[in-house]
Amino acid sequence: MDKSQLNDPFEQARLEKGIGHMNDQGDPVQMLLRLKDVRKAAHQWKSFQSGGDEIGRIVIPSEEKIRDIRQIPFEVDPPEHGEYRALVDAWFKRPLETEYQEKLHRQIESLIDGIAQMDSVEVVSQLALPLQSRALTLLLNIPYEESETWIGWGTHVFRSEETSLDGDKAAILYDYIDAQIDKAIANPGDDFYSVLLDADFQGRKLTKEEVKGVMILTFAGGRDTVINAVTNTIAYFAEHPESLKRLKKEPEIIGKAVEELARYFSPLTHMGRVVAEDTQVCEHAAKANSRISLCWASANRDASVFERPNEVVLDRKMNPHVAFGFSHHKCLGATHARQILKTLITVLSQKIETIAILDSKENIEDLDQFKRKVGFDSLHVQFKPMA
Amino acid sequence: MAKITFITQENETITVEGNSGSLMELAVNNNVRGIDGDCGGVCSCATCHVHLSPEHMETVGSPSEIENDMLELDDNVSEYSRLSCQIQLSEALDGLVLKVAN
Ligand code: HEM
Ligand code: FES
Repeated sequence: MDKSQLNDPFEQARLEKGIGHMNDQGDPVQMLLRLKDVRKAAHQWKSFQSGGDEIGRIVIPSEEKIRDIRQIPFEVDPPEHGEYRALVDAWFKRPLETEYQEKLHRQIESLIDGIAQMDSVEVVSQLALPLQSRALTLLLNIPYEESETWIGWGTHVFRSEETSLDGDKAAILYDYIDAQIDKAIANPGDDFYSVLLDADFQGRKLTKEEVKGVMILTFAGGRDTVINAVTNTIAYFAEHPESLKRLKKEPEIIGKAVEELARYFSPLTHMGRVVAEDTQVCEHAAKANSRISLCWASANRDASVFERPNEVVLDRKMNPHVAFGFSHHKCLGATHARQILKTLITVLSQKIETIAILDSKENIEDLDQFKRKVGFDSLHVQFKPMA
Repeated sequence: MAKITFITQENETITVEGNSGSLMELAVNNNVRGIDGDCGGVCSCATCHVHLSPEHMETVGSPSEIENDMLELDDNVSEYSRLSCQIQLSEALDGLVLKVAN
């Protein structure tokens, strides 16, 4: 009964010091571990910046050496950041529309129907990746068939087996996006590429480079996060069949359950910022041009805010988690991600009786001082459909 | 039944009635601009921020510590700020007027 458990490796350091240390490729990171500190630093964009000259540096492990395209709006600070967000915010709210939700429901239902009878299902490759890829066609408003290409890339298009950074693999995605942008220029439609190409920014159109920066982020930001969230959700319900039954009886708490699973899983562990000038974080010196990180995963287990932080309390009422970030850069894809999880839970609760874990291999992130499980490299299960 | 009035940033006035759930839910169900309720009411998103009028402060009450911590870092916070997902509808709130903060 502990395969679905995600331990909190940060507890001691969070209580004792409030910060952790990580030496990432010789460019150290001071990790903020307490909820209040994380929120404050996320809010103080002037002191802790996302938009510096060194593109890729706020990602940990740093992508400085393998990327020279600025991801938008992620690597931009206010006020420009807000101008970019204004161009895309409404588009990313489309998952609230009924038609979108119905399509997503049909996608997920047919995926679950397709695997429910199998003797063994590998959840990452046979459920999470196809689900994430197909759902992305809705977000981008492009033909469903395009998802075949992305599924073909496998889970490691941005990471390779040996190292977490791989420039060659990233090139597959960049070349693909270049080609799609050219296609949309030649043949504008009502897809996200075309919408971006037509958007007005500071009295001009977005450049190809900017459109690419938005698209890369949309692909990269929504891939591993959603895959981990979906896989962890299946593992959780496998070990908590009573929770699945409860959600079937009380569908009105599914919204709260999604927030709680997002908190507990924290699919994105942390994100960096560059310190603008000498200052302090949590009473520790932070030098100008050094890096800090906002550790969402640690903040989400802060016992000074969350009661029973290491338990999944499905209907947790006060849940001020930061799984989707906080303040200016809060997750643009959160509406889509939440809708995916709501729909998945709804379909599972209606169609699946129990789930048995057959075999699993954990995906452990190495953060130097901390080792954190974020999900699974593989998870083999057998579903038992409702009679 | 309680009658609640929302005034948006665009100065649109929307008066609606309800008897259960939170003020955030009431606003979202009636498409009040500026109240998104992204987190569904668990105090995690602050997209339901409103300003009460001073005379209503006492009836509604002040925010909890967790709510206060959220408000503190949101735009346009004032001493009359509340997160509307943390206020439950009741007869006692009849006639309440709320300004949408963002
Ligand atoms: C459960 C799934 C997800 C989680 C846990 C998650 C988490 C996060 C977090 C913590 C941030 C804040 C980063 C920062 O402050 O620097 C963020 C930003 C972002 N996310 Fe997500 N994300 C998820 C899914 C998605 C999806 C599906 C997409 C799009 C397809 C997406 C696109 C973005 C973008 C574009 C940003 C940058 C926003 C900005 O800088 O203004 N995310 N996400
Ligand atoms: S709805 Fe998210 S904080 Fe009120």
